[in-house]
Amino acid sequence: MIKALRSLGSRGIDTIWRGGAMARFFWMVLMSSGISFRRFRLTIREIYFAGVMSLVIIMVSGLFVGMVLGLQGFETLQKYGAQETMGVLVALSLVRELGPVVSALLFASRAGSAITAEIGLMKATEQLKAMDMMAIDPIARVVAPRFWAGVISMPLLAALFSAMGIFGGYIVGVALIDIDPGVFWSNMQAAVDFRYDVLNGFVKSFVFGVAVSIIATFEGFDADPTAEGVSRATTRTVVTAALTVLLLDLILTAFMLRGIH
Amino acid sequence: MERKNIDLMVGIFLLMGVIALLVLALRVGNLGSERVAEIYSVEARFENIGGLKQKAPVKSAGVLVGRVTDIRFDNQKFQAAVTLTLDKRYSFPKDTSASILTSGLLGEVYIGLEAGGDDKNLQNNDKITLTQSAVVLERLIGQFMFSKAAEGTNDKPAEKK
Repeated sequence: MIKALRSLGSRGIDTIWRGGAMARFFWMVLMSSGISFRRFRLTIREIYFAGVMSLVIIMVSGLFVGMVLGLQGFETLQKYGAQETMGVLVALSLVRELGPVVSALLFASRAGSAITAEIGLMKATEQLKAMDMMAIDPIARVVAPRFWAGVISMPLLAALFSAMGIFGGYIVGVALIDIDPGVFWSNMQAAVDFRYDVLNGFVKSFVFGVAVSIIATFEGFDADPTAEGVSRATTRTVVTAALTVLLLDLILTAFMLRGIH
Repeated sequence: MERKNIDLMVGIFLLMGVIALLVLALRVGNLGSERVAEIYSVEARFENIGGLKQKAPVKSAGVLVGRVTDIRFDNQKFQAAVTLTLDKRYSFPKDTSASILTSGLLGEVYIGLEAGGDDKNLQNNDKITLTQSAVVLERLIGQFMFSKAAEGTNDKPAEKK
């Protein structure tokens, strides 16, 4: 009994400690991110690894998700004779929810895990310590560019995901099912509001970018400097990032939908 | 990978992302289609606005001429005060009437403007006095049932016209 309580307590303390450590780490990254903008080349390199390398998976998944949404939406809308509004269904669900959320999940597993593994391995092979010895701040030189690369890439990837998804919905709707293209677009334009839908989706993906990037870099920086530690840190990145993204999505959606009449 | 190539790829990536955002804003969203610079607004009062919402279209002869920008409740007269924002390109006579209509049985609710015969046109912040409230379907059905029931007492019931 006491043993169980003790283990519960130790877990609780550990969780809170990690939360605090992550907040302090976040602050340190923000404070020492000057170099990632003064020497923007460092960040560009990381954008290549985080953003460009994720392009294929993001765009292909976006296309598939959009097509599936189109098919499933058509199936149900047809019953009410409202198949012309399929474009609205596809566009709204992608721009508001699926675009930011699914691309954040994909980004966490594609780029976030890579960032964690890279930083964790740097730590395990004592490259970070070596940098410290040479009076180079590893947070400024290694962590901050990766963090900012994630923050910059994420909204763009989400926008690409949504655009590809809408294109997929267009293919299904217009080419396969024979909805009139003019009706498809005009219904969509009438229903999707720039500020309320597109901009809010952008804000969401920006927030997810910050969350995923900080989790990925923190887990790497905090990893046990062993092979096992790095592998565990990578797993933790994906799990924590996915849960955080979904929780943040719930909170953000609750706040954003309040403006509705 | 060479530095030049990395720069090129990142440049392409950033450009693609920005283009995707622009597509979402202009092609999918309504940022491109509603660029009406010159507007004026008029107010109309209704007994009952039914399901009218903000941003609902204002149409005349079926053509979009403006949008509903504000809906308030007037606590003095116990009426709904609806502000219509109209395109300056279209001007209407002072005795234009506004009615709340529905496109189809389940379609969107909009305001239809019917031009009158006055010489003077509506100006900014004018009021439309001739209004027709929304048709409340439940009330209509109630009336129909009532009249049918009255018919049924002295004639054969439920015979269609």
